[in-house]
Amino acid sequence: MIELRGITKSYGTGEAMVRALDGVDFSVDRGDFIAVMGPSGSGKSTTMNIIGCLDTPSSGQYLLMGQEVGGLDRDQRALLRRNFLGFIFQGFNLLPRTTALENVELPLVYQGVPQDERRERALAALGKVGLADRAGHKPSELSGGQQQRVAIARAIVTRPQLILADEPTGNLDSARSREIMLLLQQLNRDEGMTVLMVTHEPDMAAYATRVATFVDGRLQSDIRQDAH
Amino acid sequence: MLIETFRLALLTVARNKLRSFLTVLGIVIGVSSVIAMVTVGQGSTQRVQSDVASLGSNLLMVRPGQPGRGPGGGQNDAPPLKAADVEALLTEIPDLVAATPAATRTLNAVYGDVTHAVTVTGTDNAYFPVRGWTLSEGRVFTEQELRAGTPVCVIGTSTSMALIGQGNPVGITMRIGKITCEVVGLLTKRDASTFGSDDNDTVIMPLKAFQRRIAGNSNVSSISVTFSDAVTAEEVTPKIQALMRERRGLTDDQDDNFNVFDMKQISSMLTGITGTLTGLLSAVAAISLLVGGIGIMNIMLVSVTERTREIGIRMAIGATEGQVLMQFLVEAVVLSLIGGFIGVIVGLGLGWAGSSALNIAFVPDWRITGAAFVFSAVVGVVFGYFPARRAARLDPIEALRHQ
Ligand SMILES: Nc1ncnc2c1ncn2[C@@H]1O[C@H](COP(=O)(O)OP(=O)(O)OP(=O)(O)O)[C@@H](O)[C@H]1O
Ligand SMILES: [Mg+2]
Repeated sequence: MIELRGITKSYGTGEAMVRALDGVDFSVDRGDFIAVMGPSGSGKSTTMNIIGCLDTPSSGQYLLMGQEVGGLDRDQRALLRRNFLGFIFQGFNLLPRTTALENVELPLVYQGVPQDERRERALAALGKVGLADRAGHKPSELSGGQQQRVAIARAIVTRPQLILADEPTGNLDSARSREIMLLLQQLNRDEGMTVLMVTHEPDMAAYATRVATFVDGRLQSDIRQDAH
Repeated sequence: MLIETFRLALLTVARNKLRSFLTVLGIVIGVSSVIAMVTVGQGSTQRVQSDVASLGSNLLMVRPGQPGRGPGGGQNDAPPLKAADVEALLTEIPDLVAATPAATRTLNAVYGDVTHAVTVTGTDNAYFPVRGWTLSEGRVFTEQELRAGTPVCVIGTSTSMALIGQGNPVGITMRIGKITCEVVGLLTKRDASTFGSDDNDTVIMPLKAFQRRIAGNSNVSSISVTFSDAVTAEEVTPKIQALMRERRGLTDDQDDNFNVFDMKQISSMLTGITGTLTGLLSAVAAISLLVGGIGIMNIMLVSVTERTREIGIRMAIGATEGQVLMQFLVEAVVLSLIGGFIGVIVGLGLGWAGSSALNIAFVPDWRITGAAFVFSAVVGVVFGYFPARRAARLDPIEALRHQ
């Protein structure tokens, strides 16, 4: 589903140049639930951003579902994100002063889904994350765990092929984190969504079927495991 | 999608009511002043035109004083007109249909306990048709009264109302200054007023009565003449000038010490002044619209910075550059349209208030109103474009990282 070949990414020039990624070869298969691990600054987020079509590599080749992403312009990448990807962030990143339902509807607005269908699908997504009764609440009226579940509902409402989650439990306590992991695992198993998740916690990585470890901008290990 | 964008923009604007209002204040001021000025300007133009029309057509006015100083200019050092000038004009210039003298003074009229200041005019019976007056009660002066200078008078409806209230004043006797005067006629009420003063507030008496009993001299302050349709004002005026020069014994090297006004000229002069004023004030209004636009740009730039993270989220979710651009552009347009809408309301309100204060007709110009509204939307597009483009060009990762 995803192929990274010899991906490098550097910031700055000359003396001040930082090599965030130093030749990454990596692939994601349909149905994978991958935990990406590694020390801080090892290039995990950079990799996620490239895969998420938010950032472009300095060199190397990126194929998303057989398509070369390197040659695409901003709008084409936006369309890939809209139609095939779902994002979950550490900081939840919900629109403030906007209800949970409206937040979840937003990707469908950009897809041009008509209002009635939009509402129905957003409510269904909120139901999947167990928040149907909180549809009218604004983010400031929700707990961190609930906010992250709204964010997950927003990520899955378009039925994306791939969910990208950068430290989704980074701001949550362990009980709340477990809820999120079970939710991601269920989406992976029951809905057939491929999940790529960055985490620092081995407890969370245990829910994944694959663990990829980055060190110094390289992929150090990539191990399949039996999920928790 | 566009409707959705408009709905969201309205919500965003509504969320920040005070700020939105302050942002659009410039537009409100610009639009409302354009509309108020045009409304009052048109009302006063219409007023001037109807005033002049009410004076009657083919009307010229002869007054003592040097020309080029406007009505009344330099009157003091010029010899006054006399009743004999009226006779001479009528006999010497066959083009004239009528000529009537007028001597005026403002005096207190007293009836019972009521004292009322009023313009008193001494004249003859030709005054009524020349100035477009008809009588609703009583009669004009008799030959006998005119010759003898009997203290009788014809009064206007406003004067009558002030002195006796509702009812027919014919037959009453009132005091005018130091003399006693019997009312013999009532003028028909008319709507127009001459350049701001109420036409219906007037007392008219025989010229001789005025000269002997009130003025104490035989002067005439102006002579109104009407001429036949066969000639124009431009043809008649030189004839009057030549005759008056002769009668006033002016030599060739002396300037006129009287002037002949074509009332229509005054009308076009006043209309011109109104037009210039409207133009000038509209320029001020345009500048205020420009400032309003800059205000919108400023706030939209602040808004883009404040909402950088939101923009990042929207981009991650799949918003294209065009969609982000549209969102902010529509927001700017919604802001300025709201400003335009408030401006139209305020402007029409001010125009109405100004019109009633100046006692002129309320003449809203719907074309200008529509244009001002559309122009405010254009201001939104023009000044909203730069901030919107800045939002659309943001790098999604940078935007998401923004605190
Ligand atoms: N915009 C940038 N400009 C300069 N350097 C950057 C930029 N973004 C990332 N880097 C650098 O690239 C390297 C990799 O960063 P990245 O965010 O991918 O690390 P990470 O593995 O996600 O770390 P963490 O676990 O702390 O989130 C780091 O050294 C970082 O300082
Ligand atoms: Mg990171």
